[in-house]
Amino acid sequence: MTLQERTEQQQRPDPDARESHARSWRGPGWGFIVKLVLMALVNAFGLMVIFSAIGSESWLIAGVMIALLVIADVVYFTKKALPLKYLLPGLSFLLIFQVFIFVYTGYIAFTNYGSGHAGTKEQAVNAALIQGERRVEDSPTYPLSVVRGFGGELGFAVVDGDGDVQVGTETQPLEQVEDAEIGSTGAPTEVAGWTVVPRTEVLTDPAIQEDVVALRVPVSDDPNDGSVRTRDGTTGSIYLSTLVWDEAADTITDTETGTVYHATDRGSFVSEDGERLPAGWYVNVGFDNFARLFTDPALAGALLSVTAWTFAFAILSVAISFGLGLLFALVYNDPRVRGRRFLRTLFILPYAFPAFMAALLFRGMFNAEFGIINDLFFFGADINWLGDPWLARGAVLFVNIWLSYPYWFLVCTGALQSLPADTLEAASIDGAGRSRQFRAIVLPLLLVSTGPLLISSFAFSFNNFTVIYMFNNGGPGIPGAPYALGATDILISAIYDIAGVSQGAADFGLASALSIIVFIVVGVISALAFRQTRKLEEF
Amino acid sequence: MSAATTERTPSRTRTRRRRWIAEVGWKYVFAAAIIFFAVFPLVYILSASLNPKGSLAGSSELFSTVSLENYTALSDTYYWTWVANTLIIGVTASIGAVLMGAAAAYAFSRFRFTGRRVGLTTLLLVQMFPQALAFVAIFLMLLAIGEVVPALGLNSKISLICIYLAGALGTNTFLMYGFFNTIPMEIDESAKIDGASHAQIFWRLIFPLVVPILAVVGLLAFVAAFGDYIISRIVLVSEDNWTLAVGMYQWVSNQLSSRWGLFAAGAIIAAIPVLVIFFALQRYIVGGLTAGAVKG
Repeated sequence: MTLQERTEQQQRPDPDARESHARSWRGPGWGFIVKLVLMALVNAFGLMVIFSAIGSESWLIAGVMIALLVIADVVYFTKKALPLKYLLPGLSFLLIFQVFIFVYTGYIAFTNYGSGHAGTKEQAVNAALIQGERRVEDSPTYPLSVVRGFGGELGFAVVDGDGDVQVGTETQPLEQVEDAEIGSTGAPTEVAGWTVVPRTEVLTDPAIQEDVVALRVPVSDDPNDGSVRTRDGTTGSIYLSTLVWDEAADTITDTETGTVYHATDRGSFVSEDGERLPAGWYVNVGFDNFARLFTDPALAGALLSVTAWTFAFAILSVAISFGLGLLFALVYNDPRVRGRRFLRTLFILPYAFPAFMAALLFRGMFNAEFGIINDLFFFGADINWLGDPWLARGAVLFVNIWLSYPYWFLVCTGALQSLPADTLEAASIDGAGRSRQFRAIVLPLLLVSTGPLLISSFAFSFNNFTVIYMFNNGGPGIPGAPYALGATDILISAIYDIAGVSQGAADFGLASALSIIVFIVVGVISALAFRQTRKLEEF
Repeated sequence: MSAATTERTPSRTRTRRRRWIAEVGWKYVFAAAIIFFAVFPLVYILSASLNPKGSLAGSSELFSTVSLENYTALSDTYYWTWVANTLIIGVTASIGAVLMGAAAAYAFSRFRFTGRRVGLTTLLLVQMFPQALAFVAIFLMLLAIGEVVPALGLNSKISLICIYLAGALGTNTFLMYGFFNTIPMEIDESAKIDGASHAQIFWRLIFPLVVPILAVVGLLAFVAAFGDYIISRIVLVSEDNWTLAVGMYQWVSNQLSSRWGLFAAGAIIAAIPVLVIFFALQRYIVGGLTAGAVKG
């Protein structure tokens, strides 16, 4: 889905038309024209996606797109489904980018998708064979030219033993071309449908040279046939893999050593003595990822500490910042204090400062060697704020409180001002002191009105990746913990570390399994919030 | 406050002053402490941004040197590209969130159709699960889509915007749904009798009446896009496509090569408009926040 889809709601049918606009034309209402143009764009985009998906055999994408396009056309060109005219744009986004990704997370959690198991079996075989490719000794060389296709992709044009010219690229195996001219050097000088890169350019431009040397053009669809490569950009030779793929036996054999690698049901090729080829494919592994989360001793121990800290961080963040906000609100909800508007504005400044910048700023301020906090407030002491687990936890908590107390100050100020004045007056006439009034009237009423906010704020802190990651990347590392899990890591940043999308070994399956567990935890918390606020009763 | 007037005796003045200090005066001292706590980091970053040394070391002496070197040096980096990217993504996402949320809220609030209750309940359930938790699936899905439509795959601003649009839809629709319900149905009905279509009612009648909630939702969507790191980090691959959050993290994450001065200057430039907007729209934001959203 794209921009067009989103702006779809701008087209609105003409007033009081009984029939569908697709069938009746009562003069050029501008709303109808806008609708027509937008739907034309949506259809054009949709058809483009469908054809391109069919071309690359992505049946799921093609199917989803066809369904969406048909639904969109039916909804906007008939009068049958009025509410859907308003709901469809949002609904389609929600289904793809929210509902589907949750389902997909659930699917990945049961696979071993990750580095070493990143594609289909076919891709894994190809990758293994390519890695095993060597130049065949004493093999003939063929005159070769570097060519460029319409899309700018590089390829080779080779003159084979019969004097025919064959062209191919990295993704497209060699294929004979009828219309080609062979120059005086024996290499093709003109190839129909391709631009021949001049030899001088190949020899002088280091960027092209690098690409040319790295380029391998498969001889045919069968990876066992090997590929053409070049070292000098003028002659090509056949490279064959020392590994041979036997589809019927489901094995890969190393012709040099005679080792036979068998395909396993874990998505790898493994030899008799346990040696494993680096390329693998992803397979369904059942509950293995979940079992690893709980039974792998190093991982389970680290995750337990991460989970405990996640709860502590969320609860303490909310409790302390709520407490501070409430205290400040009580103190400054006093008409005798002058310039309260000015004070309030200064109090809530941290709230208006972007959170990620604040976390990065404190990262510098807490720096042990050069940070201003050691320099100014601890007289140049060398306190390792970011390197010690407990100090780092305290520091990141401090940062989060600095960021969020203004929110509670604002909320509590508002809530205090809307307390029933007559109740408080009655209490003071009855002789209740200030602390009694606070405990018996102010606090209970305040908690009722801020309760839902406290819960949603807890849920937010529970997944506050930005502050944790920006401040200290979740570090310092827990000794012996895998995936560089750290002392200030919360669950979501642990998932980020395990997934390894930014660096290191990726383990998407394990990360998704942990995501599923966090989903469940968040779901339980939300269910409590749900009961608390009883939002369902509203509709 | 209690400045003694001439006819009062000195002792009475003294007790009054003591009482003033005990009840009101200390609040000013306390306020000074809070302001120091709140404002010091901001003053420090302002000072660091004016310090031409450009590193963390030696930026502890506040305002020891003042120069605009860091600010001018920003134009030699990708900073302004990142600002543009952030604005493009944030503004598009917030306009889209407003339009899509308003349309959905209008349908839920004004029409009675089968599946309405189920739809509302599902929306409420879906919005409880943060999208960021599913970033692995987002990454793999964009990888697959990118093979079909490269413009919607990884490293595309459009796909990031699409993700943001879907992520906030549940919350936004609920905020707006509540607000739409406060607008009496009689307005719609009278317009309908006068011959207005549902589209005219939506665009000409309801839209102007719900501007406050549109502003809140638009602003929240912008703030969320502005502050997001995890999703933008995995979607936007190349440096010229980064948003401020991704780029500025890269500047200071490595202690050895950190560009502290640039970060400080960039942060000040980016924060000032945010501060101005925040205080200009403070009333709306506070209202919107208490309606159930938290800082993003």
